[in-house]
Amino acid sequence: MQFDEKLVRDIISEVLKNYNLGGANSATSTPSRSVSAASDIKFRELGTPTTGGPDEVFIAISPAFSLGQNQTISKLPHKDVLRELLSGIEEEGLKARVVRISHSSDVAAMASAAAKMSGSGIAIGIQSKGTLLIHQKDLPQLSNLELFPQAPLIDLPTYRAIAKNAAKYAKGQSPEPVPTKNDQMTRPKYQALAALLHIKETEYVDPNKQPVELGVSF
Amino acid sequence: MKSKRFEVLSQRMVNQDGFVKEWPEVGMVAMDGPADPKPSIKVVNGKVTELDGKQRADFDMIDTFIADHAIKLGRAEEVCNMCSIKIAKMLCDVNVSREEIVAITTAMTPAKICEVMSKLNVVEMMMAMQKMRARRTPSIQCHITNVKDNPVLIAADAAEGSYRGFSEMETTVGIARYAPFNAIAILLGAQVGSPGVMTQCAVEEATELELGIRGITSYAETVSIYGTEPVFIDGDDTPWSKAFLASAYASRGLKMRFTSGTGSEVLMGYAEGKSMLYLEARCVFIAKGAGVQGLQNGSISCIGVPGAVPSGIRAVLAENLIASCLDLEVASGNDQTFSHSDMRRTARLLMQFLPGTDYICSGFSGVPNYDNMFAGSNVDAEDFDDFLVIQRDLRVDGGLRPVSEEEVVALRNKAAKALQALFKELNLSIITDEEVEAATYAHGSKDMPNRDVVADLKAAGQMMDRGITGIDIVKGLAKAGYQDIANNVLNMLKQRVSGDYLHTSSFLTNDFKIVSAVNDVNDYKGPGSGYRLEGERWEQVKNIPAAVDANELV
Repeated sequence: MQFDEKLVRDIISEVLKNYNLGGANSATSTPSRSVSAASDIKFRELGTPTTGGPDEVFIAISPAFSLGQNQTISKLPHKDVLRELLSGIEEEGLKARVVRISHSSDVAAMASAAAKMSGSGIAIGIQSKGTLLIHQKDLPQLSNLELFPQAPLIDLPTYRAIAKNAAKYAKGQSPEPVPTKNDQMTRPKYQALAALLHIKETEYVDPNKQPVELGVSF
Repeated sequence: MKSKRFEVLSQRMVNQDGFVKEWPEVGMVAMDGPADPKPSIKVVNGKVTELDGKQRADFDMIDTFIADHAIKLGRAEEVCNMCSIKIAKMLCDVNVSREEIVAITTAMTPAKICEVMSKLNVVEMMMAMQKMRARRTPSIQCHITNVKDNPVLIAADAAEGSYRGFSEMETTVGIARYAPFNAIAILLGAQVGSPGVMTQCAVEEATELELGIRGITSYAETVSIYGTEPVFIDGDDTPWSKAFLASAYASRGLKMRFTSGTGSEVLMGYAEGKSMLYLEARCVFIAKGAGVQGLQNGSISCIGVPGAVPSGIRAVLAENLIASCLDLEVASGNDQTFSHSDMRRTARLLMQFLPGTDYICSGFSGVPNYDNMFAGSNVDAEDFDDFLVIQRDLRVDGGLRPVSEEEVVALRNKAAKALQALFKELNLSIITDEEVEAATYAHGSKDMPNRDVVADLKAAGQMMDRGITGIDIVKGLAKAGYQDIANNVLNMLKQRVSGDYLHTSSFLTNDFKIVSAVNDVNDYKGPGSGYRLEGERWEQVKNIPAAVDANELV
């Protein structure tokens, strides 16, 4: 498969721009946010999240989610993905709270951090490329309740089903895990592209930035 | 007009693969990156003060670990000043022994060993690998998993896998909480198919260690290390924490090796502009410095990344060779889907298959790839016969043996039945006769009825809470009338007391004797020396069931 040349060029030019090849601007590590990548989700910053009641599930979005990138590796718009996640949680009668994690682009680190803030102890972590997992506050960072590593195989109904399961864990239930999909040819087809997208994601990491709760409207 | 030739070519499987151009600034380059450091080392009063162009004050944590633990300093400055072409020539010269070279390679810096590798083409690397792998006899590992985490099927597939010749077998999970069941199933199945085959369950590190401590697994491998600091930190680790984990395994008499591979740092977004091979060389040195017996490398789960850039598959062979040069056991990849093209995946396999490594595949999927929960392997259960024929065609030992359907069906049935009985003894969830029958004849999980997953997860959790160990498994099997399997499992537990399989490149024979780089030293020195496929073993490899015997023609 040949990657969409424009996409690759965009990524290359954006990263090179921030890579300080000349070394002259090495002090500025924050990448310039490209306006064209801004998505049609409206975020309102609500400040540092505080732990609420047991009826909430956190959704931790990654540093570049709907900022530097606005669709997953399988080209699902972030807007649609986030809407499914919010709906899945609300359908179970719980409250969804969205928090942007900026200190890491690692999906386990993101979700683990959010689970520790969540009143129910349950959080979903999702990267820009669409990889996600469900975490629980007492689990080791690299463990999880359910993990969906092959982002190109996840469709919108699956995102909703995963969110519903997260809400069920929050209610103390033991739901049947969402069936894991497995296509052994995902790697040869998508892995190098995943690397390019994750490089782009990681450009937005700021190790010193605290999680920020976001109000979301579409 | 469109060319019909180009239309046909565009539909070939190889054009389903992803390829990218080199992009050295972010590390999207296999070897010889323009920003890779030049080799250098300075030792003052037994302490490294400069490593690969960096002063100690500028070392990151990986440089510090390597400088303090991974390099034999006695000859380090001398070796760094040796001509790299000369060392490369020694590597593929049959008149220079492995021992002589190891004295040189273990005194190198990461940048120096990369410079040596860059002088070799793949045939020269294979010549070097044939001599440099630690154990004389080559071997192979497999994966036994399924997408439903069905333990009955895992037991049956494990019995078949160990019988087919895999000396180590690895399982993992779709759902993390299934880990205890998968670990028990693969342990039991292995001891049904071929006593002495070691098993592991690759899961989150604390769980993996606990399963080992309880005697439900006999080795571990998925302890990942990385070549840059930020990737290590994302994994919540340092070289020291990994070394500590390694010693936890060793303290309980468990075999353990690390895992690393080219492409992981660039995939995680922190390659620091260095080539994949240079970063992987740092990983191999970390493994050496931590004192583990071996390393699984060869890109592993990141193979799509080196596979997409020029000279990437050559770099993958180079990283295996670096591990062997540092006198570590190497489980050399070929364990992940790499290409849609049969031609391309075979070419990739031959790099390790032809010279032989400690574990040519780590692993070969012992199940069809749709059931492979490591996201698919370069070779799977549907390739068994192709692999056997290639061994026979080339007279090369890849570690597998021809089998008959009757033998395999009988072993699968025995393993499934024994697991059914063991689950009953241990008061775990129910395994029905229908499932035993299905697992006996199954190709994969599509042939299995669905289980009550919620009941399984509950029972698996309770099993861990109740503190079930390997000894309970031995007792349960004995009580259920499977004295032979119980004995085999007990013998696996005894290995942890003797600890002999902590030696480099170890595997166990059917009568629980250790074969390792200590008692089976690779003595290859050209034609007429080293491991040769001959005698009984060659007779076994020759006799594939498909071969026609003239005496039987009437």
